Amino acid sequence: MNLLFRRKLLNSIVLTMSGMAAVAGLFMLAWILGDVAWKGYSAINWDFFTELPTPAGVKGGGLANAIVGTVLMTGTAACFAVPFGMMSGTYLAEFGKNNIFGQVVRFIADILVSAPSIVIGVFVYLILVKPMHNFSGWAGACSLAIIMLPVVSRTTEEMLRLVPPEIREASLALGSPYWKMTYKIIYRSAASGIFTGVMLAVARVAGETAPLLFTALNSPYWMHGMNEPMANLTVILFNYAMSPYDDWHKLAWGAAFIITMTVLAVNVFTRIILRAKRRGS
Amino acid sequence: MNQLIDERERTVQIKEMKKKSAPMELGPNKKIDMGEIKLSIRNLNFYYGEKQALFNNTLDIAAKRVTAFIGPSGCGKSTHIRTYNRMFELYKGFKADGEIIMDGQNILTTAIPALHLRRKVGMIFQKPTPFPMSLFDNIAYGLKLHNGFSSSEIEGRVEKALKDAALWEEVQGKLHHQGTALSGGQQQRLCIARALAVEPDVLLMDEPCSALDPIATAKIEELIEELKGKLTIVIVTHNMQQAARVSDFTAYMYMGKLMEFGATSTIFMNPVRKETEDYVTGRFG
Repeated sequence: MNLLFRRKLLNSIVLTMSGMAAVAGLFMLAWILGDVAWKGYSAINWDFFTELPTPAGVKGGGLANAIVGTVLMTGTAACFAVPFGMMSGTYLAEFGKNNIFGQVVRFIADILVSAPSIVIGVFVYLILVKPMHNFSGWAGACSLAIIMLPVVSRTTEEMLRLVPPEIREASLALGSPYWKMTYKIIYRSAASGIFTGVMLAVARVAGETAPLLFTALNSPYWMHGMNEPMANLTVILFNYAMSPYDDWHKLAWGAAFIITMTVLAVNVFTRIILRAKRRGS
Repeated sequence: MNQLIDERERTVQIKEMKKKSAPMELGPNKKIDMGEIKLSIRNLNFYYGEKQALFNNTLDIAAKRVTAFIGPSGCGKSTHIRTYNRMFELYKGFKADGEIIMDGQNILTTAIPALHLRRKVGMIFQKPTPFPMSLFDNIAYGLKLHNGFSSSEIEGRVEKALKDAALWEEVQGKLHHQGTALSGGQQQRLCIARALAVEPDVLLMDEPCSALDPIATAKIEELIEELKGKLTIVIVTHNMQQAARVSDFTAYMYMGKLMEFGATSTIFMNPVRKETEDYVTGRFG
């Protein structure tokens, strides 16, 4: 009886502690999201999406150039990183499973995935910004692409490997060449998984600040091309949040709100797709 | 791949359990009248890396008849028939030696491209393997690989293949549906239709019914009955009644060795070897 009581007591103590830990984690998340939503939402209005930032002290203004800049640089980065990442992931999964080259590429991709993004920012600063004597949208897109590339590559590889070997054999047993099997059958089987990976990679770089700080920098004007410093939400958020002006603080909250909601939306969207896929097959 | 490794491990386990009774090799099918021969297998050995899985398999496969391979798990049945279309080449370190003569040529030599060989030797797997595309595209995929058929020819051949696989009645009018939406038995017949569409001479079936319920199994067996006479069928099965029902010739394998081969009636009613009798009567395996 005594033993049973001790077990029950221990059980309830541990259960309470783990429950509280979960609540604490959720509480922090809810606090962050709630704060951003509350303060950010009040900063959002039509001007926020259409107007340029105003000089300090002048009322109003928006972050139109920063929104366009972030979309432009993330999009450009995706245009480079997605095809190359998918190709290298395909190589790793289909052709470089066991050979030395494949293992080296996989290892480097793993290191790149976990490399601090500021290191990549400094690297692009040294190879692009410094020789060109100019911060630019291209440099920003380049650093984002470098961050995306290994993520896309490794996800593609994982997703292709999940395709059951029977599907490959069945395709080859019809007399299909290997490349045609990969291109017509395997990609199709893995499509939703690869798409999810790409979306998550995009969401990840959309919230990066450090690499852009060294490459795209920032700008209060409309861009005339990718060759000049380019405004973007994250660096603006960083600059404005550190500034002493209330108007800028408000815009910074707005920027935080937009970034958070976009990343949240992408995550929820991909989860829905994955769930539909799992239910479908 | 995993399945192969499992099988290899099981071979090792069985071997360690039963080290007695090393079987003698049989000569090539003496005194059986088999009619025309499609495949002549001579001294076929197979290796998973260092590990030998098949030992001097020698037999003939009769043209346009059904030959069944039976034997306990891990005896090398699947390994054996996977040499007929060189499917093992997909994996590193797997190799076969010996001879498999089809139409006067040794198909184990790389002089014959695997792509050509696999068009002549189709294969059905244990699990149905519909591709993630429409029923029509599933079958058209194989057709588009090989010939420059016009789209109307492809349509005709898709229909013919579905009729040959006894699936046409059920899927007529829904050819644009996803292949994965069919039932297991229908999926397996879709795979058979897909294999038949490229008009192979030989159809390998690796336990085609083991994932299906009895009704679906009966349909596949009926189909095998209809198909024989049109092409050569080699079937691996764990189900001895199935072997007895559908096949003309039966090979009994044990531990990578071909223990006995003959007309199905002889193997089941009047086997030469004691081991074969023990297996087919259910006393072993």
